Amino acid sequence: MATARPWVNASVLPGFGLTLGFTGIFLTLIVLIPIAALVLKAASLPLSEFWSIATEPRAMASYRLTFGASLLAASLNAVFGLIIAWSLVRYRFPARRFIDAIIDLPFALPTAVSGIALATVFGPQGWIGRWLAAIGIQVAYTWVGVVVALTLIGLPFVVRSVQPALEEVEATLEEAAESLGASRWMVFRRVILPTIAPALATGFTLALARAIGEYGSVIFIAGNLPMLTEITPLLIVIKLEQYDYLGAAALGLVMLCVSFLILLTINALNGWRMKRLVGRR
Amino acid sequence: MIAPARTVVQRAGPGIASGLIPALLIGLSIAFLMLILVVPVASVIGYAFSRGLSVYLAALQTPDTVAAIRLTLVTAAIVVPLNTVFGVTAAWAIAKFDFRGKQSLISLIDLPFSVSPVVAGLVFVLLFGAQGWFGPWLRDHDISIVFAFPGIVLATLLVTFPYVAREVIPVMQLQGRESEEAAISLGAGGLRTFFRVTLPGIRWALLYGIILCNARAMGEFGAVAVISGHIRGLTTTMPLHVEILYNEYDLVGAFAVASLLMLLALVTLLVKAVIEALGSRRRRSI
Amino acid sequence: MSVTRNALVSLIASFLVAGCDNQDSASPANDSAVLQEVRLLNVSYDPTREMYREFNEAFAAHWLAETGQNVLVQQSHAGSGSQARAVIEGLDADVVTLALAYDVEAIRLHGQRLQPGWQSRLPNNSAPYTSTIVFLVREGNPRNVRDWRDLVEPGLQVVTPNPKTSGGARWNYLAAWGYELEQALGGDVAKLETASPEEVKRAEARAERFVAELFRHVPVLDRGARASTNTFVQRGIGDVLLAWENEALLALDELGAEALEIVVPSVSILAEPTVAVVDSVVDRKGTRTVARAYLEYLYTPAGQEIVARHYFRPRDSEVGARYRDQYPGIRLFTIDEVFGGWNEAQARHFDDGGVFDRIYSDGAR
Repeated sequence: MATARPWVNASVLPGFGLTLGFTGIFLTLIVLIPIAALVLKAASLPLSEFWSIATEPRAMASYRLTFGASLLAASLNAVFGLIIAWSLVRYRFPARRFIDAIIDLPFALPTAVSGIALATVFGPQGWIGRWLAAIGIQVAYTWVGVVVALTLIGLPFVVRSVQPALEEVEATLEEAAESLGASRWMVFRRVILPTIAPALATGFTLALARAIGEYGSVIFIAGNLPMLTEITPLLIVIKLEQYDYLGAAALGLVMLCVSFLILLTINALNGWRMKRLVGRR
Repeated sequence: MIAPARTVVQRAGPGIASGLIPALLIGLSIAFLMLILVVPVASVIGYAFSRGLSVYLAALQTPDTVAAIRLTLVTAAIVVPLNTVFGVTAAWAIAKFDFRGKQSLISLIDLPFSVSPVVAGLVFVLLFGAQGWFGPWLRDHDISIVFAFPGIVLATLLVTFPYVAREVIPVMQLQGRESEEAAISLGAGGLRTFFRVTLPGIRWALLYGIILCNARAMGEFGAVAVISGHIRGLTTTMPLHVEILYNEYDLVGAFAVASLLMLLALVTLLVKAVIEALGSRRRRSI
Repeated sequence: MSVTRNALVSLIASFLVAGCDNQDSASPANDSAVLQEVRLLNVSYDPTREMYREFNEAFAAHWLAETGQNVLVQQSHAGSGSQARAVIEGLDADVVTLALAYDVEAIRLHGQRLQPGWQSRLPNNSAPYTSTIVFLVREGNPRNVRDWRDLVEPGLQVVTPNPKTSGGARWNYLAAWGYELEQALGGDVAKLETASPEEVKRAEARAERFVAELFRHVPVLDRGARASTNTFVQRGIGDVLLAWENEALLALDELGAEALEIVVPSVSILAEPTVAVVDSVVDRKGTRTVARAYLEYLYTPAGQEIVARHYFRPRDSEVGARYRDQYPGIRLFTIDEVFGGWNEAQARHFDDGGVFDRIYSDGAR
């Protein structure tokens, strides 16, 4: 019979055409066509002009802030997320259940709410801000505030990625290593860390992706001074308000490409993690 | 897609944590969470009620606030069912069949998840704004999408697009096809098979996806800010209204509306906890 | 299991039912309701919130007494330029009350939503009141700011909104430009008529350098006049705020004269905020009568009284005489005298590729 591999394997289950068709149409209408509009609009610029818009000083300053603060926040989340996940998995202590439950709160909380809460609390008269101001640290309206906001919203990603992985670390391997005389630190470094590395990397990348695109949580605390404390999404909004569609589209395309790259990275990391899990069995 | 969580391995660890290192780690965890999560969240309640209960209630009953609440609810009421139907449909196609390009489809479905909300709003402005692809046609027919309700719905639809799908797809994949195939071969129709065989297995994941989708739909800020025009009383959703009040230095008003949104977040968490308790005791990854 | 299914189905059904209850306030309600209540959307510029809050109440009372009809006026406030573009984009404003005539004209030119000749439909070229630009400084005027020249002192920070989105910002810019132009021509703007082309060209170049330097002293460009006021007053940024006269007086009123001071420059520009009914919207919604009455009410003694109470300069001479003392005396030039009108000024300075784009991107640090 035909030697070519069929596009879809025959199945006795019904509904393939219908469901795939509906999926495809909905996806095209809601996601693909709008994104195509962005890409085409940005592509209508001659390349040199696109480049000059994408690399103008104000945009470059916004990239430095956006990507820099996101990396810092995701790293903070990686460290503290690991500590929190470790504490939740390995130890029993009062309030453990409560902490486990609230980890997801930043994920469910609307960004405007976390935005005004952080801006007020860390502002000069805020509950935390006034103590920090007394020792000379200003959080609100500086890049520090941006990092704080991005750390908050990325928190659940690392914790929820690492927790299942930690739970899976094989007790037998750990015990074997310890009985062979390895110190706790060595056990952590050589046995545990490699096992959870894919999960940690996935959590880090998810937190990073979320942080780069974040708008609502950040604009209240950021200060929004051009060249100093202005994030890239805000610059896009400002260009739109000036009805500079081409400029907004150009920057939007830059952000879209970054999102795409991160998405591919996440997929690759997932593949790594699946291989890890499957391979060990 | 994140793989579904594994079953919990019961650890035979020490009882109450003792020792310096555990104390340090737990202490760090608690301090970190207090600083960036607990205190800010508590402050929402604190500022909202800082002038007393009657001022709080009055702030929630101004006409603009009521309009914002209504707009948020109606938007969610349209967006959540649509994305639910989509999510389940996509999951069926992906989990129950093998076809080329499946992984690409999954990636595309996940795309809105990693796109900035501002970009999500921008794409619709580029499509339906006066200078957009459909701009002139819309103007000739006197239809408004940008700066109006349809635009808000579309932008919210885009940002919440993957939420149900990404919860349901892994679970359906885990389910396999044998049960459904058995049902079909026994003569059940497609829909019947779905409702009687598939749905029970995915119901918790589906419910979780729905409440997450709802939380995001009601809480969306960036995308709606770009497309709505911020017209108080007309096109401000609750999150946008919070911003307007905050920028006018009406702190009590802003935090009062914010407290409602926070209540929504807490209810979402509560439902999640209930699902985990009633469901298969699996820890859900995001 | 079927319980779960039923629960899910009813959940979804209740969402859909709630969705059917969507009220579209833009569409005419059923016939009996049209007589009961009508809604207008007034798309305005940034600093007029308080004034229109009071004005809308007064107009509603007046209209109810006149016609027995309830009118609810909804407000939108933002930078004048942004608002004009929003209406062009499809925002369904029944009336626009913007910071300058050109923004209203742009709605006609680019949006085709106004009929030609709109400006003569209301008195005073559709500008029911005027205002001007002054400086707002911190208590005690620590940087000793007296005039436009002082704004470019080293280290001094000036707060002004973004000319691309705000009307007040464009008046600020033009006032500063006009000042330096006048200085270059010997201190009298009338000299513009008699000066030779080379002199004018040199003076214009000097003005451009001055304004470029001025914008180098601006740390942040907010979207609108009110946002700039907030930045200056609430966030404590900057040494001088270039403000609408009415904004400055309002800020003094709200925060007390202890915290802030008004500095009146040697010369400023006569600003004429302009209003209009948006033809395509009122014709579709059937609200033309109410909308026109709404704007006409601005010119009545009652309306002018409200205007003056909120620190705008009324057209009505009787009301103006009574409120004369609240306005500082300033020598004013008009945009026609110095710039040849708004069409010229907008095209030359504020459109894409204009002088502002040039000086702001060059000056960008």
